[in-house]
Amino acid sequence: MEVTIKADHIVKSFGSKKVLDGISFQVRKGQIFGLLGPSGVGKTTLIKILTGQLECDSGTGEINSVDIHKLTGEDHKGFGIMMDNFGIYERLNCYENLKVFAQIYDVKEDSIINALKKVGLESAKKTTAEKLSKGMRSRLRLARVFMTEPDVLFLDEPTSGLDPATADEIHKMMLAEKEKGKTIFLTTHTMSEAEKLCDYLVMINEGKIAEQGCPQEICRRYDHQRMLKIHLSDGSDIQFPHNEDAAEEIAELIKNGRAETIHTTEPNLETVFMELTGKELV
Amino acid sequence: MKNMKAIFMKQIIDTLRNKTVFIQFLMFPVMAVIMEKAVRLEDMPEHFFAKLFAVMFVGMAPLTCMAAIISEEKEKNTLRALMMSNVKAWQYLISIGTYIFLMCMAGTAVFAALGEYQGKELAIFLLSMISGIILSELIGAVIGIYGRNQMAATSVTMPVMMIFSFVPMLSMFNETIKKFARIIYSQQISDLINGLGTSEVPFKISSENMMVIAANFMIGIVLFAVAYKKKGLE
Repeated sequence: MEVTIKADHIVKSFGSKKVLDGISFQVRKGQIFGLLGPSGVGKTTLIKILTGQLECDSGTGEINSVDIHKLTGEDHKGFGIMMDNFGIYERLNCYENLKVFAQIYDVKEDSIINALKKVGLESAKKTTAEKLSKGMRSRLRLARVFMTEPDVLFLDEPTSGLDPATADEIHKMMLAEKEKGKTIFLTTHTMSEAEKLCDYLVMINEGKIAEQGCPQEICRRYDHQRMLKIHLSDGSDIQFPHNEDAAEEIAELIKNGRAETIHTTEPNLETVFMELTGKELV
Repeated sequence: MKNMKAIFMKQIIDTLRNKTVFIQFLMFPVMAVIMEKAVRLEDMPEHFFAKLFAVMFVGMAPLTCMAAIISEEKEKNTLRALMMSNVKAWQYLISIGTYIFLMCMAGTAVFAALGEYQGKELAIFLLSMISGIILSELIGAVIGIYGRNQMAATSVTMPVMMIFSFVPMLSMFNETIKKFARIIYSQQISDLINGLGTSEVPFKISSENMMVIAANFMIGIVLFAVAYKKKGLE
């Protein structure tokens, strides 16, 4: 499968602090790629390096087969960046906010309306940004990215601080973009978001990759118990080893109608991260 | 060019809705019109208020507007969004600078009309105002670049603006202040403008006028270069 983003031994220090220490990975076309790590671990720094906004100390990378050190204005049109702290012009309305960037990116005015429709802000197009709720502001930032119809989207904690309903709406928008074949590079410190959306995950801690793989695969890798947990109709729970020997007993419980639910003992991503780093993801 | 046009157009809409910036462009021209029409004192030099407010305008409007716009964009992270959209720092500075320059030139036109300058006098008046506006913009940009946010920028803008804007006026009443004020460009601009239309002798630009303004320009450019190199726009 075609590789859209490539990072190869990227190193970046700020003063004496090494923020990124030899980060390497590949993001395939059409994937939602998740970069997971606690706040301040260097996720935003990595986005800035990959999009040519910041020079790394060593290492290299590629976006759409172009060296990140040689990205031109034309290459920038191929990807959109949404940062959590990207500002919005408070005194300009939604339409005017997008128009500034539409002119910069040479995008037709129809695309502004389409982008506003896509994020559900069409009816608020004449509302000044200072009157928008936090969720609407996030959607406006997303509209700014969608407007240029880029092939690659860099979304830096797009649902940070949003209520679950708005976060869910944004997740749906991201999945819709994925359906269209867009590649999404997502940074998050929310486990459920990563598990729900990402095809591939890289966990970083103290500048290094702690683990990588698809979310389910990572969780399976850290299932040290390898047990099956069965909840019985009488309200009790019973555990069996996850092997052939238990198959007959489990089949019997199902036949008798006594087994209500069956779960594996795989940890979730949060537990995996804690096991790897001894830290919580905040 | 399209990046600069986008920023310029954005700034037109933004300023129309930003009273604190917009009033800077209007305040002195409007005050000059009112005072010129309403106040008549004995022995008052001709077009006294037009000249007085023109100098204050040069020392205040471009400086405060430049610092306020840059520092607000930094504080609200809109500048970062622009930079990440492949807008170059110089494109941003030229767009904002051009916008403020044109707005200030509109104010200058009001002062020129009030002063009834024509021909050579008009040319000298416009040149004096243009050099003052550009210098004040440079200083405003330095403050905007250094200021982390609007609050920090305003705390520096206020005293600096007071010096460039009010010292030429105060120097009319105090010889000691006048002596010190000679080293600042707004005092030299004040001298040039006050010399217009006042005597039968043909008007002359003195070497002091030229040298002080040129020296102020050099200092402004050096300060701007140092600030830009050290802090950039992000």
